Amino acid sequence: MSVLELHDLHVTYRTDGGSVPAVRGVNLSLDTGDTVGLAGESGCGKSTIAGAVLRLLPKGTEVSGKVLLDGEDVYAMKPGRLRAVRWTSAAIVFQGALHSLNPVRRVGLQIEEAILLHSQQSARSARIRVGELLEKVGLPAGQAERYPHQLSGGQRQRVLIALALACEPKLLIADEPTTALDVMVQAQVLRLLEELQREHGLSLLFITHDLSVLTHTCERLAVMYAGRIVEEGPSTQVFADPQHPYSRALAAAFPTIGDPASRMNPQGLAGDPPDPSALPAGCPFHLRCAVAAPECSSLDVALRPAGAGRSAACVHVGATDV
Amino acid sequence: MSEASPAAADVVVSLTNVQVQFGGGSVRAVDTVSLDVGRGEVVALVGESGCGKTTLIRAIIGLEPLAHGSIAVEGSTVGGGRRLRALRRRVQMIFQDPSGALNPRHSIYEAVAEGLRIHKVKGHEPTLVAEALAAAGLRPPDRYLRRFPHELSGGQRQRVIIAAAMALQPALLLADEPVASLDASIRGEILALMRSFVDSRGVSIIAVTHDLGLAWNIADRVAVMYLGRIVEVGPTEEVLRSPKHPYTQALLSVVPEIEGMAQQILVGETPDPSRIPSGCRFHPRCPVVASGEADRLGFGDRCRGVDLELEPEVAAHRVACHAVAR
Amino acid sequence: MSERIPEAEATSPVIGSVPRSGRAVAWDRRRASAAGVWRGLRNDRLAMVGLVVLVLFALLAFAAPWLSDESSLSAANTGDNPIWAPPSWEFLFGTDHLGHSVAAQFLWGSRISLFVGLMATLLQIGIGSLIGLTAGFFGGWVDSVLMRLTDWFLVVPFLPLAIVLAAVLERGLWTIILVIGITSWPSTARLLRAQVLTVRQRLYVDRARSLGAGRLHLMRRHILPNVTPLILASTTLAVPISILTETTLSFLGLGDPTSTSWGGMLNSAKDNSAISGGRWWAYMPPGLGIVFVVLAVTLFGRALEEILDPRLRQR
Repeated sequence: MSVLELHDLHVTYRTDGGSVPAVRGVNLSLDTGDTVGLAGESGCGKSTIAGAVLRLLPKGTEVSGKVLLDGEDVYAMKPGRLRAVRWTSAAIVFQGALHSLNPVRRVGLQIEEAILLHSQQSARSARIRVGELLEKVGLPAGQAERYPHQLSGGQRQRVLIALALACEPKLLIADEPTTALDVMVQAQVLRLLEELQREHGLSLLFITHDLSVLTHTCERLAVMYAGRIVEEGPSTQVFADPQHPYSRALAAAFPTIGDPASRMNPQGLAGDPPDPSALPAGCPFHLRCAVAAPECSSLDVALRPAGAGRSAACVHVGATDV
Repeated sequence: MSEASPAAADVVVSLTNVQVQFGGGSVRAVDTVSLDVGRGEVVALVGESGCGKTTLIRAIIGLEPLAHGSIAVEGSTVGGGRRLRALRRRVQMIFQDPSGALNPRHSIYEAVAEGLRIHKVKGHEPTLVAEALAAAGLRPPDRYLRRFPHELSGGQRQRVIIAAAMALQPALLLADEPVASLDASIRGEILALMRSFVDSRGVSIIAVTHDLGLAWNIADRVAVMYLGRIVEVGPTEEVLRSPKHPYTQALLSVVPEIEGMAQQILVGETPDPSRIPSGCRFHPRCPVVASGEADRLGFGDRCRGVDLELEPEVAAHRVACHAVAR
Repeated sequence: MSERIPEAEATSPVIGSVPRSGRAVAWDRRRASAAGVWRGLRNDRLAMVGLVVLVLFALLAFAAPWLSDESSLSAANTGDNPIWAPPSWEFLFGTDHLGHSVAAQFLWGSRISLFVGLMATLLQIGIGSLIGLTAGFFGGWVDSVLMRLTDWFLVVPFLPLAIVLAAVLERGLWTIILVIGITSWPSTARLLRAQVLTVRQRLYVDRARSLGAGRLHLMRRHILPNVTPLILASTTLAVPISILTETTLSFLGLGDPTSTSWGGMLNSAKDNSAISGGRWWAYMPPGLGIVFVVLAVTLFGRALEEILDPRLRQR
């Protein structure tokens, strides 16, 4: 059974300047134990999806389509049920570890609070659980007595992961959890997430702009552009042999060290990431596309099959030549 | 350029035993660094945050005072006063966060013209500005001149900053994480632009980064820094393909793009320059020491007790490691 | 120019049209930003109400010599007037205990109140800006010394200091201005110092320094332009406070005895028991005048502050 299902999800922000379609028809499903990476640049709608799953978007934002958590429609839930579901069914680890923690409370108390809020445990057993959780994410239990500012960036990110795991959710959404961290600490946090995922059979939705991080951590990969998924498939295949020209550019952006092809040859994509409030007609990517065909300026292609378990939204996919 | 250290005659910047301290000497952010960069050479300075790489290039451009050592640009030592201003023109800098590096109240024209005015560069200012923008890939320049930073995308802002720096015809361009805050698809374009200035104008670049892929993309040489000191330096292909220092090896092993390399994730936090360990400063995190291999081979005590610098300048690829020096 | 273009760009696409001069570009920008501020004010209804009220009072004050004879304020010329006459066609706002026309006093008083308010504000902003900018820009011991001085002025209770100063110094219009000026600058100094410190830490200041900019350039091109809007905004917000202070001092009898201000009128109304005697026309005009002017300046100043202060601007 699917832990998370998105059916034709549309999210439109309301701003002073008019409405901004951030997500434009996304279908995605995660089974128990699935790890799916959602990749794309700023403004492609990937973080909006994280917010949409737990109804954390700003008031007035228009959401249509369906978000099913464990088969239950999130947008049909009553407030009480929604509060229960947040954290116990699905939890989010955000990127800004400093801002997600209350600066004037000890981190142990913050985790304890989450446990007490969502379960019938006694304060005593909750405190024991806090110690267990901290050790699980690789921190000494004594760190519970610390305040957020006394911890390093990596330690704070670990606390946030512990906090997310506090109520044993089935689904963990990680929104750029390693972006602000140093390379070595980033590797530590990634390894931790991988271990936890395996150990607990968690479903993991991993959101980042860095395709190469995802190939390591996730089995499946979905590449987003301008509010839509433009390519989906097993991550190693998508990374090694992208079908959509945009995924190709993203995969090439981070060079393979030792690969003579990329030596002294940085690969980029002309033009700028699209402005969601002013998308071009036709395929939203065609202005930056190296292989755009004449029909691309008018034809907006939906995802189409591109090999076993793969799909891509490009006119060249499935055609005879590419 | 990538085979040997540059010939002394064509050294653009020469650092000799440079030390930068903070907090009245309690923090040695840069601790005895020597490095020469040749004309038209691109050197990538890599390491974790707190390793002193950004402080080092800020010192080169005079934003941080030196505690010890000296810096010479094109043969003349960086001193105070007017000479400093003349030297400043030869050394320019681009920044990690292009949005913050542009004054929000100044138009693109003014951002580029600022350096020209400071140095009283001769010529028709609007033409110079337009040329600089066009050379940085903002074409036609007329479309950008009267706009403001907030009206441009991140990549375009970085191009404006590069245009302003290159308008002064510098010999050396310092780049502080030039693509770290940009979107993935923009990254390659900016790196290609930087490399194109090396090839067309012979500018030298020191690029500070934590991104080894950047080094692979544009650098002739790589210098790896750890806690204020260069621990390995050499031609990019040698350092990245056959790293000798355990720290470089660990850094490379966590880059997800490298296939078939066992991940060697160092434990512990990013090192703190206010508490530099005795002996080899890397020894508390060093896998060679931790595994007991250093002791087995009989140099473990030296790792823990003897501080060391880079090997003497014989080969292009040099390391500061007891295991290698043995 | 061609010798400056290196080979690689010799074949680059046309540079396109180029502006005449850098000054023309800067001029365009300034005009556009002034237009932007005006547009912002136009869209703020309360600010426009404030501005209109303010302009009306300013016109009234300016036109006082044509609307009323100054000699009507001196006791020698009013001996025939009835005292405490209620408002009538002859005396629009009635007369006071000496038979002076309240309307005439109100007119002439507005000149004094507005003038003192404006001059005291300029003095206060001048001292505050100078000290704040110097402290923020130079830092180090200069900063420490100036900030200790500022702190000292800040903690000394304002009214007693003002009263002492007003009592010690020769009484007159300029004394009032001086007293208000030197007692109220510290908050301006603190505000500006903080702003200078934040601007100095901006990355674009680092960039300017790395381009080779000296202190003078940084001050002129980056710090002052970023601080000026704040100075303007705090000026407009200081005006009502200065006017109220002048009123307070005059009401306490510390004002200039030779000229009539709104505060002075209130003082005299109080002293001659106009309030207990139900002679509302003696105190309502100056009272309402103060309320309206202060409100108008505040409304306008708030809007201006919102438009000019980068910290309040949303972008």
